[in-house]
Amino acid sequence: MFYREAGQFKTSYGADQQILPIRQDRIGMVVLLAVAFLGVPMFASEYWFSAILIPFLIFALAALGLNILTGYAGQLSLGSAAFMAVGAYAAYNFQLRIEGIPILVSFLLGGVVAAGVGILFGLPSLRIKGFYLAVATLAAQFFIVWCLTKFPWLSNNSSSGVISAQKIIIFGHEFNSPQDKYLLVLGIVVVLALAAKNLVRGNVGRSWMAVRDMDVAAEVIGFRIMRTKLTAFAVSSFYCGVAGALYAFCYLGSVEPDGFSLELSFKILFMIIIGGVGSILGSFVGAAFILLLPVLLDVLLPALSETLSLPVDGASISHIQTMIFGALIMFFLIVEPHGLARLWQIAKEKLRLWPFPH
Amino acid sequence: MARQIGEVIVDLQNISLRFGGVKALTDISFNIREHEIRSIIGPNGAGKSSMLNVINGVYHPQEGKIIYRGEERRKMEPYEAAGQGFARTFQNIALFKGMSVLDNLMTGRNLKMKATLVEQAFFWGRARNEELEHRKKVEEVIDFLEIQHIRKTPVGRLPYGLQKRVELGRALAAEPNLLLLDEPMAGMNVEEKQDMCRFILDVNDQFGTTIVLIEHDMGVVMDISDRVVVLDYGKKIGDGVPDEVKNNPEVIAAYLGTQH
Ligand SMILES: Nc1ncnc2c1ncn2[C@@H]1O[C@H](COP(=O)(O)OP(=O)(O)OP(=O)(O)O)[C@@H](O)[C@H]1O
Ligand SMILES: [Mg+2]
Repeated sequence: MFYREAGQFKTSYGADQQILPIRQDRIGMVVLLAVAFLGVPMFASEYWFSAILIPFLIFALAALGLNILTGYAGQLSLGSAAFMAVGAYAAYNFQLRIEGIPILVSFLLGGVVAAGVGILFGLPSLRIKGFYLAVATLAAQFFIVWCLTKFPWLSNNSSSGVISAQKIIIFGHEFNSPQDKYLLVLGIVVVLALAAKNLVRGNVGRSWMAVRDMDVAAEVIGFRIMRTKLTAFAVSSFYCGVAGALYAFCYLGSVEPDGFSLELSFKILFMIIIGGVGSILGSFVGAAFILLLPVLLDVLLPALSETLSLPVDGASISHIQTMIFGALIMFFLIVEPHGLARLWQIAKEKLRLWPFPH
Repeated sequence: MARQIGEVIVDLQNISLRFGGVKALTDISFNIREHEIRSIIGPNGAGKSSMLNVINGVYHPQEGKIIYRGEERRKMEPYEAAGQGFARTFQNIALFKGMSVLDNLMTGRNLKMKATLVEQAFFWGRARNEELEHRKKVEEVIDFLEIQHIRKTPVGRLPYGLQKRVELGRALAAEPNLLLLDEPMAGMNVEEKQDMCRFILDVNDQFGTTIVLIEHDMGVVMDISDRVVVLDYGKKIGDGVPDEVKNNPEVIAAYLGTQH
């Protein structure tokens, strides 16, 4: 079947405004979801769940959060990991201190607390832009991690701020196995990704992009710059916060403040750069790329050095990995600054016309 | 023309605006009547754009009063001016480059949308109805400006003349009662200018929108304006119907002195 919209006439604005206006795309999405919810659990191994799929989904969510702020609203941030930390520690504390609070509510509230902190650290954005704003969010990154180490109450007086996530029990069912956790994370990520898609194509999304593209014109047409930017910080931090809670509860099990380092923030930033700034899909593609590339290189490099019988030890393999990684990031910045998602879009546009490109 | 010029809606009294040592506007007074096309002309750097920026709250004059519908206006931010029904276009196109034509026009409807963040996130309740209802209104503007064929195109890809038209569309989508146009025909060819003139006249005629127009093309200005105000070096040197202004010796001197 051709990938094409011919014959699919939109007879109402409602139909034209669907998330996926082309039928083939809708079918593709249904298939993808079916595979993710039904297919993967049948075939994936425990290793795949806990080492690849779960972190992929969690980081895609965090990248999505950053993408809302940076890609859609145009505010550069280097504090994503810190907002994840806020979500993780807040969810932990809600579980710890409120008797019988449902775990999903804790995750949600973790996101809400992160949103509040995000608004606080978003305040400088009202005065400063670009590079200087990035430095201000850097302050958030260090300050939050410092707070989590400094105030033992936040980690229930554990040494060096380490927390161990509580059990996940929903309606009496304990989510213990990697597969259960995968399904839980998947469900949450799908719902939040859908919500993000709705936000960016609605009025609030337009307000973000308007402020990003031309702030004077945005204000003149009626958007309030302050409210728009702070909303972006809030929503973005909410997403990062929920991702952080999932990171603690469904991925690592126990986390410490230093785990939410600047390096992690950069990793998330790279994800959106490679995947596509200002693209929901790009957040997923970028996360997959950044997480899978090392795994791939891990497998390929030793095999390669063996076939070529080069004397390469483990240390140099990891160095080579870093180098390839860096080179690829630069390659992407130069060749396709709009990321992998853009390549996909271009391919689709070509396909729409194929095989008669004129 | 069927339209009736009404009473004064914006009255500018003794406006002075400085940027550091630069006097952009000095003691300027004039008014704008409902339903009229009021042009502001003058040589480069005369203060025309600054005047528009004062009217819709982008700049705050150091001296002077702005009376809006009989009431003195306090210091007002641009979004508040938008709330009162002021819309504008810019001298240098100020579209939202990363968005499609349709989305740019939809931004014009933002003040009329009331759905909360959560409603929007789930495309539920008011969010859904509003998107559809305002899309309908925006499609009317698209039809009016004859830009159906480019509605899904990212504005960055459009030629200059069409971008100017889309920018007018964004302002029109807000259904303004006062429309401020800063050189909407600059850099256009004759045909594009004619189209733009037609749109401006139609907006004024069909919707009764009051229009403040900055334009360098004297032919156009004298043709379509009801009244013209002339600025030079930040001062007002003429004000009246086109014929009056044309024969004003000071105006002639200013134009002969600087442009030829
Ligand atoms: N934001 C600003 N900061 C400093 N000076 C400004 C600013 N805006 C305008 N000016 C100065 O105010 C004066 C009037 O400028 P304005 O842009 O209003 O002129 P104009 O009549 O629109 O000119 P043009 O026909 O070139 O558009 C100029 O001397 C300009 O340099
Ligand atoms: Mg100007």
